Amino acid sequence: MAWMLPARSASPDATRALAARLAGVARRGDVIVLQGSLGAGKTTFAQGFARGLGVEGPVTSPTFTLVRQYPCTLGQLVHVDVYRLDHLSEVADLGLADLVEEGVALVEWGDAARPALGPVTWTVDITRVGTGAGTAAGSVGTGARTGTADDERLLTVHGEDDARRGEVASALAGQVPGAA
Amino acid sequence: MNVLGIETSCDETAAAVVSDGRVVASSVVSSQIDLHARYGGVVPEIAGRAHVELLVPVIEEALARAGIEHPDAVAATYGPGLVGSLLVGLSAAKGLAMSWGVPFVGVNHLEGHLFAPVIEEPSLRWPLVVLLVSGGHTLLVHAAAPGRYRLLGQTLDDAAGEAFDKVARFLGLGYPGGPAIDRVAREGDPGVFAFPRALLGDGYDFSFSGLKTAVVRAVERRPEAATPDVAAAFQDAVVDVLTTKAARAVGAVGAKGLCLGGGVAANSLLRRRAPEAVDVPTYLPSMAMCTDNAAMIAAAGSFRLVQDGPSPLSLAPDPGLFLELER
Repeated sequence: MAWMLPARSASPDATRALAARLAGVARRGDVIVLQGSLGAGKTTFAQGFARGLGVEGPVTSPTFTLVRQYPCTLGQLVHVDVYRLDHLSEVADLGLADLVEEGVALVEWGDAARPALGPVTWTVDITRVGTGAGTAAGSVGTGARTGTADDERLLTVHGEDDARRGEVASALAGQVPGAA
Repeated sequence: MNVLGIETSCDETAAAVVSDGRVVASSVVSSQIDLHARYGGVVPEIAGRAHVELLVPVIEEALARAGIEHPDAVAATYGPGLVGSLLVGLSAAKGLAMSWGVPFVGVNHLEGHLFAPVIEEPSLRWPLVVLLVSGGHTLLVHAAAPGRYRLLGQTLDDAAGEAFDKVARFLGLGYPGGPAIDRVAREGDPGVFAFPRALLGDGYDFSFSGLKTAVVRAVERRPEAATPDVAAAFQDAVVDVLTTKAARAVGAVGAKGLCLGGGVAANSLLRRRAPEAVDVPTYLPSMAMCTDNAAMIAAAGSFRLVQDGPSPLSLAPDPGLFLELER
């Protein structure tokens, strides 16, 4: 059954820490879609997620190159950005299914491209708090440094697989040590 | 010695003939910008197909303009770039080199950009600091001599050119974003917004992701703000960071010159500010040499041929290739 788990982040650093913890429960073959408007913090999330998988060096935007790959603890972290692609056939041309066999895929702007992505493990929605995100009563705090009000984000993780709901909840709650 | 250069790593299908490593006998670029304008960016499948269609006429044109039937060597970009696009140029280069019985040499696209000033500035003196700013890269490199590079800094998130593209798209200015913002910003007041200068006083790395977010936020807060003012303030922030860090690097390594390269080096504000920021000569490439072209590939290929000899015909495209650095 489909589930969703919310978490609040007070700063980019807190978003990175949260993403690193989520990476701690990721598995080889997972495809994670990142959703959020321009400037919501998708790249920040990707940076933390990569750290959580032991990626060293800068994790830079894949917008221009479309795909960037990094060696990580689960094989390859495949960081994809379909922002520039307007047709599903172009997304299919990226050969994501082949790439993800070698590790984990993070797909920015992936929601619209969903039919071409194959099975998606989690969808992470990142919204700025106070801009239509609504309140997040009961969401899990990240306990990290304070940022300005502009830095506050609501992250919602959507998944289908009940068996993995618990570990995601633990990761968001900070009960799984991130590698960051 | 005439070297034919072939460049298909991204947008441009280009071929050029360079003599003796630095004299451009011909340089042909078949820009695909119009094709991509409809899509708002680089689309690999489209890019690959267009390269296939354009490459043979572009090569024929380059050879005809140079007045030669065949060159003494063939150089082609083998990375970084889109794998499908790279394959087109690389395969053509290998096939031509084989059929002509001349050496083939693979060229790193990033090193190609570092050779643009070698072509255009006979008076160039090393060591140099090179600021390479494009849609895919933002690098600050210390070049002690041709082939001897040390990375001083790079972007930690978005490339400068990408920030231009994304902000232009957000402001509804179209693609490519760099020229669009440059144009609109001329009528704007950069003082209307104070956008952040990330990492300004901190090392040589860059970060433009937060700036993009700040622009989005500012426009949401003040929807009545004039687009030229937003564009001008954004451009001012990018150029401020680029020139400040480049100038600091020039001083720190004792460079005898500052070179700009990459598409963002065509930005008029950057071209005005960079020479003001340093007290050594600033080498501003011509517009044709800022953007992707094959003359720089042929020049870098000429150097690599002398330095390392020909590449094996088994050389594969390397989409994630980075500059080869000194340890």
